[in-house]
Amino acid sequence: MPTDVSLWPLIGVGVIIAGFVLRFNPMLVVIATAIATALAAGFGFDRILATIGTGFIKTRNLPLIILLPLAVIGLLERHGLRQHAQNWISSIKSATAGRLLVVYLAARELTAAVGLTSLGGHPQMVRPLLAPMAEGAAQTRYGTLPQRIRHKLRAYSAATDNVGLFFGEDIFVAFGAIVLMVTFLREAGIEVEPIHVALWGIPTAICAFLIHGWRMYRLDKMLDKELGGGRAAEEVAAEQAAAAKSVEAR
Amino acid sequence: MILSIQHLYYLVGIILAITALMTLADKGHTRRYTSAAFWGLYSLVFLIGERLPPEWVGVGVIVMALIAGFGGVGFGVHKPRTDAQYFASAKRLANKLFVPALAIPAVTVIGTVLLHNVRIGDALLLDPKNTTLVSLGVGCIVALALACWLTRETPVQGMRESRRLTDALGWALVLPQMLGMLGLVFSDAGVGKAVAYVTTSYINMDIRFVAVAVYVLGMALFTIIMGNGFAAFPVMTGGVGVPILVGVYGGDPAVMAAIGMFSGYCGTLLTPMAANFNIVPAALLELPDKNAVIKAQAPTALALLVVNIFLMYFLMFR
Repeated sequence: MPTDVSLWPLIGVGVIIAGFVLRFNPMLVVIATAIATALAAGFGFDRILATIGTGFIKTRNLPLIILLPLAVIGLLERHGLRQHAQNWISSIKSATAGRLLVVYLAARELTAAVGLTSLGGHPQMVRPLLAPMAEGAAQTRYGTLPQRIRHKLRAYSAATDNVGLFFGEDIFVAFGAIVLMVTFLREAGIEVEPIHVALWGIPTAICAFLIHGWRMYRLDKMLDKELGGGRAAEEVAAEQAAAAKSVEAR
Repeated sequence: MILSIQHLYYLVGIILAITALMTLADKGHTRRYTSAAFWGLYSLVFLIGERLPPEWVGVGVIVMALIAGFGGVGFGVHKPRTDAQYFASAKRLANKLFVPALAIPAVTVIGTVLLHNVRIGDALLLDPKNTTLVSLGVGCIVALALACWLTRETPVQGMRESRRLTDALGWALVLPQMLGMLGLVFSDAGVGKAVAYVTTSYINMDIRFVAVAVYVLGMALFTIIMGNGFAAFPVMTGGVGVPILVGVYGGDPAVMAAIGMFSGYCGTLLTPMAANFNIVPAALLELPDKNAVIKAQAPTALALLVVNIFLMYFLMFR
């Protein structure tokens, strides 16, 4: 065990947790944390700027997947993609929000497990298709939805995409994470086969499907309880009255 | 190689430069000049970033963070269509609307699976290290052409729509990269070593179950801090996994790695630091609560962590 470890850089962890808990603007929290951490590690002024600059250049691939599809998705939205996604799902009588999300979870996890991780994603699948479909399926059943429920269905759609992707992709042997694990263990003097790492991921992947799938199945029960029997219409009416009032107050 | 990730950086740089210019020309914009400066600086990072001295880029990043942090990134004027127009065009184009949307993943998959290592002459067609991303870029261009043809719109309208969505995302679009940068600063400054030292020094690992729980929960906790399971894995596995779970107790390292990384992913589901998966979708779906996606995932992630402790305990020492 090394005893000469400097604990000063942990100040950075404190800064970022405090920043998020106190709800400062995340951009300011991150840049303040970067500077505080580098100072605590004893970096000079020039080195702090260079570390931030180099780090920012090295991570330029991160926003690509979000930025590139925006023009296409925006154009299709302008021509009614979201409305059509809702109409389409309402033509399937057995569709409910929960069942739709369970089916998507299974498809996302299975395609990720065979390496097709780019078949889903938030900009190109969740915003234009999955979330409008989840809203559409609930709307067919309960009529116009209150904002609270719309937001909940959207958040659940995004969550389902994440869970399916994360716990599917590590079963794929050629995925970067498996390579990283095998390489790290080799440097520590332990040889493991990539296929074994992939196989031992399967029990967790199955549990992830069962746990999240069960929660999505419960979602339908929750919607029934909260919106069934005309309660959706009541809440929407109350919401509209509140909105009208706040407009008058201005 | 013929198509590399560098071309995508130029493409993104151009899109952002157009966004900045459109913002500058938008007289009704709430924060016209600061927003244009923000998107303009960001476009420079993609267009000439690797040719600038890193200190300059550092200054640019700090300026961007200050603009965003003090509310300098605002919304432009975007004319929405009427509901009747949306429904009319949804009815007219119907299922054809799905074609360009699905063309993005379809082309990406074709590129990744079929065109990997394809050569034209002596040059590789696609960047071998970034096949998926480069294919995604090609997919978006193909889909944009399809969408323009289908809707009889121009690429300029596509740029306007791109700017509308970029405005909706605001600075959240830059946050993943800021956090990625922070992760690299953390590792340069030795935060990982310090966290591993603290976790291993103050907990009694003489009980096998406790050691497993420390490893699983440590992976999740460290990922929550770093926003990235890949950063947590070497730290926790080097600090606890290899010396104690494998070294002292003789557990199966393949099980440790597989379930350990998945425990890290449970942490990813729980943290605003994983901005790409949690904060950006909240902005993209126009949710008022930035943590709504994390809240939707938390019960799944916490239940799965408990399951992972038991799975690792029983599968590692079979």
